[in-house]
Amino acid sequence: MESRSRRFKSNALAALANPVLQGNLKMAKGKFVDKRAIAIKEIDDFEGTREAAKNLRNRVLENLDLWLEKFEENATARGATVLWAKDGAEICRHVVEIGKRHGVKKAAKSKSMLSEEAGLNHALTAAGIQPVETDLGEYILQINDNEPPSHIIAPVMHKGLDEVADLFEKTHKTPRKTEIPALTREAREVLREHFLTADMGISGGNFLVAETGSVALVTNEGNGRMVTTLPKVHVVVTGIEKVIPTLEDLSTLMRLLPRSATGQSISNYVSVLTGVKQPDDHDGPEHLYFILVDNGRAELVGSEFQDMLRCIRCGACMNHCPVYQTIGGHAYGWVYPGPMGSILTPLYTGIENAIDLPHAATLCNQCGVVCPVKIPLPELLRKLRETQVETHLRPWFERLALKGWAWVASHPALYGLGTWFGVRYLKWLAGGKASIPVLGTAPGWTAGRDFPAPEGRTFREQYAAMRAERRKSS
Amino acid sequence: MRVALFVTCLVDLMRPRIGFAAIELLEAAGCEVVVPETQTCCGQPAWNSGDRAAAAALAKKVIAEFEAYETVVVPSGSCADQIRNEYPGILADEPDWHGRAVALASRVYELTDFLVNVVKLEAVPGNFAGSITYHDSCTGLRSLGIKAQPRALLAQLPGVELREMNAAEECCGFGGTFSVKFGEISAAIAERKCTNACATGAAAIVGGDLGCLLNIEGKLRRMGDETTRVLHVAEVLTAKE
Repeated sequence: MESRSRRFKSNALAALANPVLQGNLKMAKGKFVDKRAIAIKEIDDFEGTREAAKNLRNRVLENLDLWLEKFEENATARGATVLWAKDGAEICRHVVEIGKRHGVKKAAKSKSMLSEEAGLNHALTAAGIQPVETDLGEYILQINDNEPPSHIIAPVMHKGLDEVADLFEKTHKTPRKTEIPALTREAREVLREHFLTADMGISGGNFLVAETGSVALVTNEGNGRMVTTLPKVHVVVTGIEKVIPTLEDLSTLMRLLPRSATGQSISNYVSVLTGVKQPDDHDGPEHLYFILVDNGRAELVGSEFQDMLRCIRCGACMNHCPVYQTIGGHAYGWVYPGPMGSILTPLYTGIENAIDLPHAATLCNQCGVVCPVKIPLPELLRKLRETQVETHLRPWFERLALKGWAWVASHPALYGLGTWFGVRYLKWLAGGKASIPVLGTAPGWTAGRDFPAPEGRTFREQYAAMRAERRKSS
Repeated sequence: MRVALFVTCLVDLMRPRIGFAAIELLEAAGCEVVVPETQTCCGQPAWNSGDRAAAAALAKKVIAEFEAYETVVVPSGSCADQIRNEYPGILADEPDWHGRAVALASRVYELTDFLVNVVKLEAVPGNFAGSITYHDSCTGLRSLGIKAQPRALLAQLPGVELREMNAAEECCGFGGTFSVKFGEISAAIAERKCTNACATGAAAIVGGDLGCLLNIEGKLRRMGDETTRVLHVAEVLTAKE
């Protein structure tokens, strides 16, 4: 997907001015945040489980190549083909080749964020293969001229009911419906036909289990099952970091993933898919391919950003982020919004292409507190800021301001003099009032709020005066 | 006990009375308070903006100024956290300084934490009366566990009625330089905080970090609220009204 992260600021302003989005964000916060808080209480030792999940993810990352080899060996033994993709272009090339090999005309897709990274739908269309998104949210986006998702698990949360009703009427050429059950029924009827006629199913993968060569899929709508069992070809597209050692590890992570993501004790469907259809099987694909994707991940192994590879894509960090809650996902401009996106986007699309994102956080650490695999997200955001400074990517006036402040603060006499003038100037600007409505030196601050006036004399002045007074009287 | 006060640059510039309130509270707890005169800023803005060199320079300055004291108290969760939890990492590549940072770290306390858990202040000097609501600042709360301490101190004032707001633990949108870089987003987050705080009908919004308080006060005034007071917990605990 082409990144629009460079336009973060203008994207964010548009989001602030969008009343439908603002209403939906408020509602979503209630759902995701409150439901998670209840769901995690079901686990006796939630913190201990987080720690275990962190450790098992770290164990994988320490020997990622070995676990991937083990996965490849076991998946291959069960009739699957494992392919490797360096980047998005290679994902597209592999999928198109597989499609051509099996004479595929239509591909039914369940959710895959990797296919978003790669812009797979575009490549399939160009190759004469019709991609059909079957996750309801993704389907709505696809029929709206391939609009990008705004949330990794609730991709269409920025849209209102009216807009969806209009889209269905226009696309399906049916009478306009405004009741949700009627709309979902219509979607099911349309999608059912696609499931039955697709030659290829494309899915993501929540986890790859090394010991069995299986892929685990966590879904709610049931489309994942259709996509992975009905067509004769199934292609799994997922990141190399998704591998875990054992089914036991899967059960640990599954205690955390649905609860952290949607506040569900368990998602409606959990599928563990292993190998191709066997003679005695009733269903399943005759051909199974795994496309395991790097796209920037391998480079993070052993780097100061390795912790980010623990991510299991639950979205809790974004759901709990005060910035995400205020501007929604599109403002971030690429596949992953919120804190995870502010780290992944610069790492995967180039740090110079997402200058604002690592700064678009208050470092409140609510993301770090809720992350089920204990990724220190604020620390990684701060490290990205440091990398920007080291590589001279910050604007000159910001660098100058910081250096200037640090230099003055390192010279107490100068600092005393500067602040002596500074507080008097601000006091004068306030003109006897308690706050300053427009501050030329910090227009960002006063765009949306006043700047409270200082007392007018610094602490150090007043303290020195008090000490002198005390000395005089003694 | 001899205590060095790290005033913080925001209190120095904007609200010196918070510094004096901190001194009064520490003295009420029987401490002898020293205020090293050359102190300036802990370097948090530089560190959070990615300027490691500037942050390291200021960290060394603070360490040199304060390491001679047995205990250092800070009327701000985020500045206390900077010295306690960030300095050792900032100076990790300089073994000598790293050691000095580690030696200082465990002796640095946020004000209310120190008053409750170290000196166990049981008679706060103020007589504030009225309804308040408490905003938990992010760094103090999530990095230092500051939650019960200010409430325990406020509970010593019989005239104080604490009305907890919804989402008291949610960020106010300040975020240091974030508030200037992304002013519109920051102010929109602050609006949620103010709305939650005002829904309690409390006469004052109280917190332990001046950055958050300036953000909340600025937003309240812009929203047309001229009456709700915004106070640091040290001001409330020492108020004579």
